[in-house]
Amino acid sequence: MKIVVCVKQVPDTAAKVVVENGQVTWGDAPLVINPWDEYAVETALLQQEAHGGDVTVVSVGGEDAREALKHALAMGCGNAILISEPGLENADSLLTSRVLAAAIQKIGDVDVAFFGRQAIDGDVGVTAAQTARVLGWPSLTLVSEITEMDPGSKSVKVERSVEEGRQVVEGQLPAVISVMKDIGEPRYPSFMGIRKASRAEIPVWSTADIGTELVEPAVTWPELTNPPQQEVVTEIISGESPQETAAKLADKILEEKVL
Amino acid sequence: MADKVWVYIDQNQGEASPASWEVVGAARELTGQLGGGITAVVLGSSAKGVAEQATQYGANQVFVCDDSTLEEFRAEPYASLLSGLAKEHQPDVILFPTSSRGRELAAMVAVDLETGVMPDVTALEVQEGNVVVTRPVYGGKLISKAVCSARPQLITTRVRAFSAPDPDPSLTGSIEQVESAVSEDQILTKVAGYSESSGGVTLNDAAVIVSGGRGVSNNPSLEPPADLDEGEAEVWKAQQGFKLVGGLAEVLGGAVGASRAAVDAGYIPYDHQVGQTGKVVSPDLYIACGISGAIQHQAGMRTSKVIVAINKDAEAPIFKMARFGVVGDLFEILPPLTEALKDKLNA
Repeated sequence: MKIVVCVKQVPDTAAKVVVENGQVTWGDAPLVINPWDEYAVETALLQQEAHGGDVTVVSVGGEDAREALKHALAMGCGNAILISEPGLENADSLLTSRVLAAAIQKIGDVDVAFFGRQAIDGDVGVTAAQTARVLGWPSLTLVSEITEMDPGSKSVKVERSVEEGRQVVEGQLPAVISVMKDIGEPRYPSFMGIRKASRAEIPVWSTADIGTELVEPAVTWPELTNPPQQEVVTEIISGESPQETAAKLADKILEEKVL
Repeated sequence: MADKVWVYIDQNQGEASPASWEVVGAARELTGQLGGGITAVVLGSSAKGVAEQATQYGANQVFVCDDSTLEEFRAEPYASLLSGLAKEHQPDVILFPTSSRGRELAAMVAVDLETGVMPDVTALEVQEGNVVVTRPVYGGKLISKAVCSARPQLITTRVRAFSAPDPDPSLTGSIEQVESAVSEDQILTKVAGYSESSGGVTLNDAAVIVSGGRGVSNNPSLEPPADLDEGEAEVWKAQQGFKLVGGLAEVLGGAVGASRAAVDAGYIPYDHQVGQTGKVVSPDLYIACGISGAIQHQAGMRTSKVIVAINKDAEAPIFKMARFGVVGDLFEILPPLTEALKDKLNA
């Protein structure tokens, strides 16, 4: 089975991200593989273990995206491809999806492409569905469990986490699947994996290499700001007994008129 | 002649999601500046009732499609139909609620119409004919403005960020039936059913959320059953703690949330996680029990209107963002708090 997993490099969730002099900065916090995408890598590796074949990890980004790719290689992916060129720096989701779709087609004979549900920087969360649409493949998003995947009969059955609960959806391969966190805890990179990843040659593809057009993105972000400081005055409630404290707190909550 | 501003009404089994009417509220903000009326799109089966409701909320025109291929939401047939309508009538803006459906539908329509999608926005304004949206990024750590140069501008509005207008039964609009765009054999997926349905209030649209963290497992007075090992005993204790959290949520008609630490420790399923890698919520009241308030948790709940923190550790960062704090043991505070609120709310 031929598997692709798409990942992005982002600032760590513990990073204090702020705007300084119009520039986004996160101090010396590390850039990491997008946490949602680690679940996609884990899912890809589990499917490879079950069905054989190979896993290629793909990222659209700058030179620093190599670290995300190396992390995925260290977890066990066989190949990595970086798609990079200056015009992609401010790509919107549609341009990114077209580039990923073209890369998936160039890789060729792909049975399934895995994504995380969204990247924790832009929080846009549409790349998987858009890539599926560009490819004309079934879009199976927000998947919590893959209950069936048969590369022979090309059938796939998943459970999606939607507002009404766990929705059971059937489709055909090739398909795009985006996964949720409850799909399974990502493995840690092994020592051997880290050594292998550190020596890996990662090819860089341009839009010309994958035969896609570099267009101006439709969506632009003219302004990034820090959120307004919330002026919170914390009132600590205490009493002689837990009952008294609780009664006081109940009155305070009711005074706010939010119930 | 269709309007410039369209809204997608997110309906399931003949019932519109409350967030859909908030989208009509957001659309009214735009028509106030762009002029014209509001066109609603209602797709599904037995969607006619929802279409009539849409006119009472302020839609001047409704496109409705009642078709068996649309019975369960599937992004492909929904997108094909909506894209076709938009190609024919050329709206300037299509607004969707940010739900699993709204986001995926907007994503696919953007591909079909070669335009941009701006999801999860909290504010809208019109500048030089463009809609400038405000949306939180980096899990709410930063605020971004975004614009789209292509048409239509596809926008999903964050749940609870806009107010729904009051429905007015005297309002009417034209309702036009449209045909589905694809037949069943052209659709790539099938919905086989539901393995579990979600009970109670969902986190995203909850007005009240009571959340538990690592601290819910720290009740020293509990004696776990003897046959459990250490790890199982911890989870058992945490589940007893979450019963208190759930009890308070029930009294307040709210939903149960959790920190990443509680989810990672196996105390409660991931569906309940609030934070940067969980759900981003914005309730009127957020009660954090035994949650220290790591930066990634704050990212998921910082826009809550009133935050209450109950924690043993007076230095916990959650107190810095709380309106009210109790430095104390949640196991001692939650039972009398639940009782007191129950009595006062019933009085």
